[in-house]
Formats: sequence, structure tokens, C-alpha cells
Amino acid sequence: MIEFRGVHKWFKKLHVLNDINLKVQAGEVVVVCGPSGSGKSTLIRTINQLEPIGEGTLVVDGMDLADKKTDINKLRAEVGFVFQQFNLYPHLSVLANITLAPIKIRNTPRKEAEQQALALLERVGLAEKRDAYPTQLSGGQQQRVAIARALAMKPRIMLFDEPTSALDPEMIGEVLDVMLKLAKSGMTMVVVTHEMGFAREVAGRVVFMDHGVILEEAPPEQFFKQPKHERAQQFLKQLLSPMH
Amino acid sequence: MGDFLNFQVIADNFTYFMIGRYPNGPLGGLGLTLYLAVVSCLLSVVGGLILGLLSISGNRWVRWPSLLFINTVRGLPLLMVIFWMYFLLPILLRKTTPESQTVIMGLTLFTSAYMSQIVRAGIEGIPKGQTEAALSTGLKPWQAMLYVVLPQGLRNMIPSFVNQFVSLIKDTSLAFIVGVSELTHVGTQINNRTMAFPTEIFIFIAAVYFVICYAFTSLSRVLERRLSWHKAL
Repeated sequence: MIEFRGVHKWFKKLHVLNDINLKVQAGEVVVVCGPSGSGKSTLIRTINQLEPIGEGTLVVDGMDLADKKTDINKLRAEVGFVFQQFNLYPHLSVLANITLAPIKIRNTPRKEAEQQALALLERVGLAEKRDAYPTQLSGGQQQRVAIARALAMKPRIMLFDEPTSALDPEMIGEVLDVMLKLAKSGMTMVVVTHEMGFAREVAGRVVFMDHGVILEEAPPEQFFKQPKHERAQQFLKQLLSPMH
Repeated sequence: MGDFLNFQVIADNFTYFMIGRYPNGPLGGLGLTLYLAVVSCLLSVVGGLILGLLSISGNRWVRWPSLLFINTVRGLPLLMVIFWMYFLLPILLRKTTPESQTVIMGLTLFTSAYMSQIVRAGIEGIPKGQTEAALSTGLKPWQAMLYVVLPQGLRNMIPSFVNQFVSLIKDTSLAFIVGVSELTHVGTQINNRTMAFPTEIFIFIAAVYFVICYAFTSLSRVLERRLSWHKAL
């Protein structure tokens, strides 16, 4: 479904992605973690070309991103993206946030798009907020609407870039809940997160990055119990007991 | 001192100050001033939007000419632009154009260049995440601009547009130079006819400009408070 082959990327002189090789199968859930500045956000943003890659090959859903003939907009319609900062459109109602792309891109009739949007809102537990505006919602609610907005395009892949990092602790659960259900429904997901409970429960693999390099790639059980790489050990130690 | 500041001259010519010889002749005075300002403002908003969007285009063959135009106009006095229109337009169009249209053209060209900067700032003030969110749902770049960025940006631009409109009201006084009988021109006409009351006449005209401009400046301040939603986010 997603395949990185020898991918590099530079910001000026900074080598943010260094020889990335990674395969994600259909239906798989991959969690990417690592210290800040490790390149994990950049990695996930290359998958839908919010960041172009420098070198190497990246194939997503059968489309080669380096190929000039690949229609990036078409690719993005098949790949949902959820941001750390939600990025809902503040001038549109919840319903309009969700229906904008299906109406404009898929030419879905408005009535039908709204019905689908309502079904999605039901799924994320926010049906009663259909006419609210983003500023009237809590962070957790905004993020759930953002997930519904991404799902409205019926994507084949969902990408999550630290979806709970901007949330107050008591709201993290409601967002993870939605993501868990999505993962169990068989969606292909790449998730940048430090929520290790989530990783344990649904991730097929955990990918650990530092300084733009994938240092370790292992099933969650193995990764959490006996991480091979020293930096992964340190990272986990700090994550589990931040006071040390 | 009995003759000091005799405002009778204003009362005697009040209708002429306000609307010129209208409806028995062409519109003039304050009416024409506002007409010139409103029409030029509407055209400049359109021109400013087009120029502003072109000036931030990713395509340099679009961006460079528009920036060249914007920076050239911004480096010229408005009076020069009006003169150009006055002498060049009839040559280019091969027919005489009414002076008021010449002035509207000049004001529009000039103000569009400034409006384009308001548009650019308004668009660049919208967080990048908005564009990214729109693009990642599959919207094309122009759709992201049209449906997501511009509606939010326009709202932020409105107070600045109103400020620009205030400048336009004042700038219309330059139409005087090509003989368009707006407020300032009407003032000089009456002054030349009556001879004895220049102080009263120009105090009155200044007061009219001030009241109108102050009203719109206040409006712009109110709008700025009412329309700022990003601060609430």
C-alpha cells in the first residue's frame, strides 16, 4: 500500500530523512515514534506530498510520487490526513467542513454528502454538533470532526500526525477511541504518536526514528519489552517515567 | 469684525455643494465625490483581488509582471497616474473619454495596487494548516484558495478595504486638476464667483471631508473588532 525505497530529504543542509525503507501493507496499522526533531512528522507528510521527497522512490496506493504524471490531487483524495492542530475551517459549520471535499471533488450531490457526513458524525459521537462552528467545540471534539472530514472522502489510507498532542489529557481518550475503532475496521493507518497504549492495542508494527533514520522496526510487544537500539531504550524510559 | 466668518455663502450655495447642478445638469459636488469614490473602490477591490492573487502565484511568469506593475504604480504620485489617464486614454481608445471616467480609471489603477497588498497580507495571514488541510482532502490548489483561504482572508481584509475607501474619498479631490466638478472643484468655483469668502468655503469643505472620512474610519474600527475571529480560536 505504501512503500518507501531509499528515500532521502533535506531541508537546506539538514538531512531530515535518511535512507528510509518502509513497507506498509493494506489493513496494517503502523505507529511511528521518536524524539522531537527525529523526522517522524516529515515522514508521514511525504506520504501525501505535503512535503516532497528529495531522493528515492515512494509508491502510495500504486502511484509513484516521483513520477511527474502522477496526479497529486487524486492521490490526496485517497489518503486522509489528520493534523495535530485539527485545522478545521473556522468559517464553515461542522457539516460543511465535512461535505466540502466530497461535493467539490467527488461531485456527490449535497443531500447525499450531508447524509454521509451525518453518518460519520454518528460514528465519532458528534451527531448533535452538525450545525456548530469549530470555535464552539472542545479540542477533542474538533479532532473527531477532523477525522470525520478525512473519512468523508472514503480514503484507502489514513495518516495521523500526533493527533492527540495538542489535547488536554481528559480529551485524549475520546479521540483514541475513534482511532481504535477505525483501526479495528481494517483501515490502513500510519500514526505518529507517543500513545503507547494505542500502539500496544492495535499497531502491527512500531517504527522508531531518530535523526531522520529508522533505527528500529518491530511488533509492539517486542519493541516495548526489549528494544534493541540504545536510543530507543532511552526514549521509552523517558516516555514511561518522564520525571527521571 | 462683523464680516469675520460669514457662513451665509455656504447656505446660499448648499445644494450646489452637495449635488452640483443635478438633476438639471450633471452630478457634481459631494455627490460626485462619493460617486467617484464608490465606483473606484468597487473596481479596485476586484483589481486588487486579481493583482493580489497574481502577485503570490507560484508561477513566476505571472508573479513578476504583476509585481512590476504594483511596484511601479506604488512608486508614482496619484496625480501623475491621473495625468497619464487623461492624456493617454483618449489616444489608446481613439476617442475622447469623459473626464470623470478618466479619473475613475486613474483612481482604480492606483488603488488596485494598494488593495493588492491588503489582499496579499490577508491571504498570508491565514494559517498554513488551512491550505494543507484543504489540499489533503484532495481539493486542488485553486479550490483551496477559493473555498477555504479567501473566505477567511476576505473577512480579515474588510477593515483595511474600508480604510482604503477613506483614502479614496480624499484622493478624489485630485480630480479637480482635470476639471471634474467634485466637491473641491465646486468649492473653487464658488470661491471664484463670490471672491470674498475663501476661508468659510474651505473650512466648510474640509469639515465635509472630515465628517465623512471620520465616520468610515470609525466603521472600520468597529468592523475590525467584530470580524476578528482568529483571535478567538
